[in-house]
Amino acid sequence: MGLIKEIDFGTPASTATTLVELTIDGFAVQVPEGTSVMHAAMDAGISVPKLCATDTLDAFGSCRLCLVEIDGRAGTPASCTTPVTAGMVVHTQTQRLAQLRRGVMELYISDHPLDCLTCSANGDCELQDMAGAVGLREVRYGYEGENHLAATKDESNPYFTFDPAKCIVCSRCVRACAEVQGTFALTIEGRGFESKVSAGGVDFLGSECVSCGACVQACPTATLMEKSVIAAGQPEHSVVTTCAYCGVGCSFKAEMRGQELVRMVPWKDGQANHGHSCVKGRFAWGYATHRERILNPMIRASIDDPWREVSWDEAISHTASEFRRIQASFGRNAVGAITSSRCTNEETYLVQKLVRAGFGNNNVDTCARVCHSPTGYGLKTTFGTSAGTQDFDSVDHSDVILVIGANPTDAHPVFASRMKRRLRGGAKLIVVDPRRIDLVRSAHIEANCHLPILPGTNVALLSGLAHVIVTEGLVNEAFVRERCDLAEFTAWAAFAAQPRNSPEQVGLICGVSPELIRQAARLYATGGNAAIYYGLGVTEHSQGSTAVIAIANLAMATGNIGRPGVGVNPLRGQNNVQGSCDMGSFPHEFSGYRHVSDTATRESFAALWGVALDDEPGLRIPNMFDEALAGGFKALYVQGEDIVQSDPDTHHVTAGLAAMECVVVQDLFLNETANYAHVFLPGSTFLEKDGTFTNAERRINRVRRVMVSRSGMADWEITIALARALGCEMNYANPGEVMDEIARMTPTFAGVSYEKLDRLGSVQWPCNEAAPQGTPVMHIDGFSRGAGRFVITDYVPTDERTGPRFPLLLTTGRILSQYNVGAQTRRTDNVVWHEEDVLEIHPHDAEQRGVRDGDLVRLASRAGETSLHARITERVAPGVVYTTFHHPQTQANVITTDFSDWATNCPEYKVTAVQVSPSNGPSAWQQSYEAHAAVSKRIADPAEAAE
Amino acid sequence: MIDSVEWRPDRAAEIIAGHAGTEGAALPILHDLQAEFGHVPAEAVPLLAEALNLSRADIHGVVSFYHDFRDHPPGRHLLHLCRAEACQSVGGDALAEHARARLGAGWGQTSTDGALTLEPIFCLGLCACAPAAMLDGQVIGRLDQARLDAIIDEARAR
Repeated sequence: MGLIKEIDFGTPASTATTLVELTIDGFAVQVPEGTSVMHAAMDAGISVPKLCATDTLDAFGSCRLCLVEIDGRAGTPASCTTPVTAGMVVHTQTQRLAQLRRGVMELYISDHPLDCLTCSANGDCELQDMAGAVGLREVRYGYEGENHLAATKDESNPYFTFDPAKCIVCSRCVRACAEVQGTFALTIEGRGFESKVSAGGVDFLGSECVSCGACVQACPTATLMEKSVIAAGQPEHSVVTTCAYCGVGCSFKAEMRGQELVRMVPWKDGQANHGHSCVKGRFAWGYATHRERILNPMIRASIDDPWREVSWDEAISHTASEFRRIQASFGRNAVGAITSSRCTNEETYLVQKLVRAGFGNNNVDTCARVCHSPTGYGLKTTFGTSAGTQDFDSVDHSDVILVIGANPTDAHPVFASRMKRRLRGGAKLIVVDPRRIDLVRSAHIEANCHLPILPGTNVALLSGLAHVIVTEGLVNEAFVRERCDLAEFTAWAAFAAQPRNSPEQVGLICGVSPELIRQAARLYATGGNAAIYYGLGVTEHSQGSTAVIAIANLAMATGNIGRPGVGVNPLRGQNNVQGSCDMGSFPHEFSGYRHVSDTATRESFAALWGVALDDEPGLRIPNMFDEALAGGFKALYVQGEDIVQSDPDTHHVTAGLAAMECVVVQDLFLNETANYAHVFLPGSTFLEKDGTFTNAERRINRVRRVMVSRSGMADWEITIALARALGCEMNYANPGEVMDEIARMTPTFAGVSYEKLDRLGSVQWPCNEAAPQGTPVMHIDGFSRGAGRFVITDYVPTDERTGPRFPLLLTTGRILSQYNVGAQTRRTDNVVWHEEDVLEIHPHDAEQRGVRDGDLVRLASRAGETSLHARITERVAPGVVYTTFHHPQTQANVITTDFSDWATNCPEYKVTAVQVSPSNGPSAWQQSYEAHAAVSKRIADPAEAAE
Repeated sequence: MIDSVEWRPDRAAEIIAGHAGTEGAALPILHDLQAEFGHVPAEAVPLLAEALNLSRADIHGVVSFYHDFRDHPPGRHLLHLCRAEACQSVGGDALAEHARARLGAGWGQTSTDGALTLEPIFCLGLCACAPAAMLDGQVIGRLDQARLDAIIDEARAR
């Protein structure tokens, strides 16, 4: 175990297929056309000195260190900017070059502090390495000349410092911010000797910087340096693992000193992120050692009692006896569990096994219920597989990108950077969103059309797009005939062509001009490879499943399925939403989306687990609360979710939980759900366990333990202990053995093993005999269900309507620096960017209500009310307000209602009729909730508890 | 005399809008802003960034690259003294020292009475008539201390 150092080829690899042969330092080298001399040399293992070059950035040619000599050419060209040609003879080390390089290095060092021994980059400094490589022994210019050594440090960013005294102005940070991240927050200020890196003339925190860390990673010196490295020193070993934040699933090197995490560095070989990161994965991991982590199991008789710390044995046996008691009194179906999209595949699989085999019912559901369940339903219905069709790399081949109901720059930032790069490269963009999200227009990118539809009108809009495609002859008939069910297509086309679906009609419903709808439809259908990316703005509606189906219809009708650059791409919210769905944690499905009524599947699991299995679907999450209030559901095991904060209609959720007799919360912190719990089982962070996460592109990534579990048990071990206490035998020595069982029992995972994941880095399911290396792009030779299925998608307005009492529409979403319920990110320095949820409101609506920017306002709906501060902005349209749900003080979900998707019960988070009015304090609910939380969060003093 | 008006965001927005749709509009806009307001204040940067769909840092990089763009209003008059080699060879250095002492202002600074801003410039193309200078856009050749004093006095009087 040592520190992993990826090879830096200096310039990006060429994608050309023609090979060119040349000679470098006497060795014959064959590389693709367009490769730089520097890259070609590194391919042959010859490292040319360099400072401004790194292979994540385009060649720049400024540092003058990578000079080479080429036979037949005058001078000493820079190897980074010189492409190879056939027969070229290159010399990378000659007397002349040595003198030139040493001279250049003398100039650099004449204006650089000589504090290497006390420098934070000591041991990881390319400038120091290059001084060694060129044999610098003296600086003839001396150190007394004009210099930048007195420049002051900028320590405003909470995670890294900028020390211009150490800067060599190689521009790597500026270029990384532009090329990799696409934010353009850095520049070179001034000219000549006065040139310096600047965040636009202000400090980093006050600048446009989004703290993704790309500049820090690109810096070859200590100029941009993680504060954690400054504090701790250089790491000594690294472990490659997968980020536990969003559904992009970035690979990181956890760089360690023993058990101490020093920094997370995005791994260049990571197949989802290719070495890029965002502020959450890169920096916001401090919650793992936050003082509020609960490390001991706790139990209590009533939710108003203080918690009592107990041993693991007592906690587990108490829980098991409670569940058995409740089942004996109230029946087998009175208990259930909720799995988490934040936990690993293996952990999720074990929880559903515990429910099905241990509880003896199918009352297991997952938080995907409240986010992407319509994706599973819609894509299975139309294509045959409950998953997105593409890999992330596919976007590089898109000509038109349609983003609907997703805000990638906030919620999936690393993928958004990739998408923005493609947009800067010339792809066209259509954005369908009630808000003017950053993708609509921000530095260097601009949507070709933005359709700011009213919340809740996706299906109408999609029908309008379909109408234009069908009636203007833009259907890809060859594709439809070859791949899809023709009768169903004909019926769908007739539906789409109806006058009520014309842009003129749906425009009235959606609040956008018919011309804009026509323009968007034409662009999508005729612009080349067209890809649709969507998020929770599509699924979290009363017609969420209908909208997913409508999207699939569009892709099929235009032939945009089955090759790179096209497809239907759900942007999954949490790290393992795809995985938790795959693992059979829905009440009606075993792993691999096989229905519990499917006898063959059920019997194969029954045989393996040695128990009879129920063939009736169990309760969905909202039904669990309903049943609890009806008196028939009494105990719930919640692994790694905070349903009180994340699920809609908080009043209903808390009432349901309060009606239960044993609520078991397994989490890192005393979350809001724990305020209604009787047992608390302290879970482990992703840093403390082994397993796998499956990201939005079906990519199965390894999670590797980098430190021992602080609570003593990884989450999978807790579930096993609970199962055993209930008499359900689970014999797995490690998560790898759980994956072996998953692979054995699930056709789409048949070829997956830890050995293969270690060998290939990751694989995308389906991974089986037919596709041993996995499947980056699906439905290439036909749909997995056979013929692609068009389904008619009638627009049915939601029952949630605005009226005189609630005239505005609230839609909710996410922000870059915070993640989901904020349990993790709120316990990091990310709060400097977002310390509270605020309500975005249009100036017109604010003025009507006498609301000024920053005022405390009351936000009320039929379901409840809360108070929060207003931010006046034109990002939202008049009539629409917007907030996030990251903070328990606000509890945005007190406002959201119990309306949900007709097919999957996915809640309608995105549409709530509300009223906004000035307020002078927290709502009654906020006050009573806070009072209960304060009582409920108490932990008894061990001495007191012993009495 | 520098003919400029006080900074007004709405007027700046008008100037920027006047270049809407033209390619490479950043420099022409910056010139027009400086012509109007005598300088390009930091407040102009976000306006340009928004209009041109560039980042604020992009604009800051451009503005700071060109020494001619000032971030503060100049004095009533602007005196550019040539600091290039030809002028240096015929006493330009001494003349520059004299000007700085006389005005009590360094390079890029304005005399305390607000009369004159002193800027260095590198070659006015008047090497044959060195040392050379430029006052409010009018070039002046064969400069010596006496002529410089006269120019300064006259400028102060206006």
